[in-house]
Amino acid sequence: MAKIIDTSPRPAQSSSRPRRNIIEHTLADISHTLEQSLFAEEIARRPGLLQSLDPRVKVISILLLLIAIGLSRSLAVIAGLYFVTLALAWRSSVPMGFFVKRVWLFMPFFTGIVAIPAFFITPGPPLVQLPLGLIITRTGAMTALFLLLRVGASVSAGVLLVLTTPWNSVLKALGVLRVPDVFILILGMTYRYIYLFLHTTNDMFLSRKSRIVGRLKGAEERRLIAASAGTLLSRSLHLSSEVYLAMQSRGFRGYPRTMDTWKMRWVDWVWGAAMICVVAAAIWLGR
Amino acid sequence: MAFQGQQVSYAYDGKLTALDRVSLAVNTGERVAILGSNGSGKSTLLKIMDGLYFPTDGTMCAFGTPLTEQAFQDETFSFSFRRRVGFVFQDSDVQLFSPSVWDEVAFAPLQLGLGREEVIERVGGALSALRIEKLHDRAPHHLSGGEKKRVALASVLSLDPDVWLMDEPTAGLDPRSQSWLVDFIIQQARAGKTIVTATHDLNIVESIADRVYVLDEEHHVVAQGTPTQVLSDRALLIACNLMHEHRHWHAGRTEEHAHPHIHIPLHTHEHP
Repeated sequence: MAKIIDTSPRPAQSSSRPRRNIIEHTLADISHTLEQSLFAEEIARRPGLLQSLDPRVKVISILLLLIAIGLSRSLAVIAGLYFVTLALAWRSSVPMGFFVKRVWLFMPFFTGIVAIPAFFITPGPPLVQLPLGLIITRTGAMTALFLLLRVGASVSAGVLLVLTTPWNSVLKALGVLRVPDVFILILGMTYRYIYLFLHTTNDMFLSRKSRIVGRLKGAEERRLIAASAGTLLSRSLHLSSEVYLAMQSRGFRGYPRTMDTWKMRWVDWVWGAAMICVVAAAIWLGR
Repeated sequence: MAFQGQQVSYAYDGKLTALDRVSLAVNTGERVAILGSNGSGKSTLLKIMDGLYFPTDGTMCAFGTPLTEQAFQDETFSFSFRRRVGFVFQDSDVQLFSPSVWDEVAFAPLQLGLGREEVIERVGGALSALRIEKLHDRAPHHLSGGEKKRVALASVLSLDPDVWLMDEPTAGLDPRSQSWLVDFIIQQARAGKTIVTATHDLNIVESIADRVYVLDEEHHVVAQGTPTQVLSDRALLIACNLMHEHRHWHAGRTEEHAHPHIHIPLHTHEHP
């Protein structure tokens, strides 16, 4: 009789985390990206306010929101628009902690670095005196705050769109902004095959991991990465020619024909009108 | 006649031979299997039959017209040919290039210029026939292997082609999906479709083919006949690397048998 293998989870052997090598890092990153993609797709399928709207209306309303955030000269108005994105996330079943962290966790690394000089080099009345004769000016602090809030609110609006809409619908909805079909087709294929290559890379690195004992030296790690990149490039070239044949086989002759089946409902029109009002009010108040 | 190939040869980059003077004929409504081991040229032959590659020597005709690059320059011929012939690739990932299942299934009808209502109707019909309506807005990279194969079939079914060219359709599928796929092929054959399947899965040959061509490792057609005739020719199957001799255990004793790549009930054992 066959022996049944116990597959119940085992407790962790040790709480200390050993230092990871390049293979383990890559595997962890790939796995994280795939998990994030699945999680985002799951949120986009939840019942919620933004999920129930036509993707075209969503794309246009988020674009209007971005314009209002960009044009506003009032900190209060930008903060207000940021709270609008938070309210929309809450009504769309987006986990608040995840949403806020996704935007603000990496902000200091990107915008923060750009904003730091503004504290010191913008002329204006002094706010804080630091050692070495450095002075943070009131105008500098306001400029940096404007930049951080504006970028934070804009990124929040973008993240909200992507989290509440399947990526393929976002791409398709770009057609409403007169983005050429061929460009949308290429973007869609790029997105689709990135995931295929993520799986391929994952398998390649797993197979390496299964054959490596101990730690690799720097030069060996670099060689491993170069070899993997070369293999992936060669596979992607082969795949691209096969995909082109598959497209040809189904009648593709160089110019794609596409269509969507979305239908505007009254709720979409109401939403669109409401967003136009909010954005117009924000632009007027923040002028 | 659906296809007639005369002394068809093909070499990749003009050097690497994939087919060597292959002749075959496929009648309308016939089910034909092309058997051969890996690298024997089955996939290349199917691509030539689908007008994706063109013979470096010899001729391949479809519905009486030679398949040449010049012929496909003619939009009317190209449209009519693509409308009549559907190709299911071995690797579903190659075939599923659209961002969603619905877009994938709608791709062919749209490229062939069908009207909006007809496209919607055909996509709905194909999704329903393959029982994948629920997957319509899913991205291909979130599907299982069996689901991908169903979507790949739906993407061709939406064309409703007269001829199906299938490259290793059961490769990588679990037993239930394999069995379902064989049923699908039988169903299409009953609907009067011409079906050409390239495979080395001897398990399915009798179910999906009325006639079989065998390619050897030198890229020649070395035999043709009914599935029963071909499958009972053990020497031929071993010579073409479709079956091999090996030693294995049977209820505690070692035996040597000829086996196909995938086990089929060509032999039985009395187990104690």
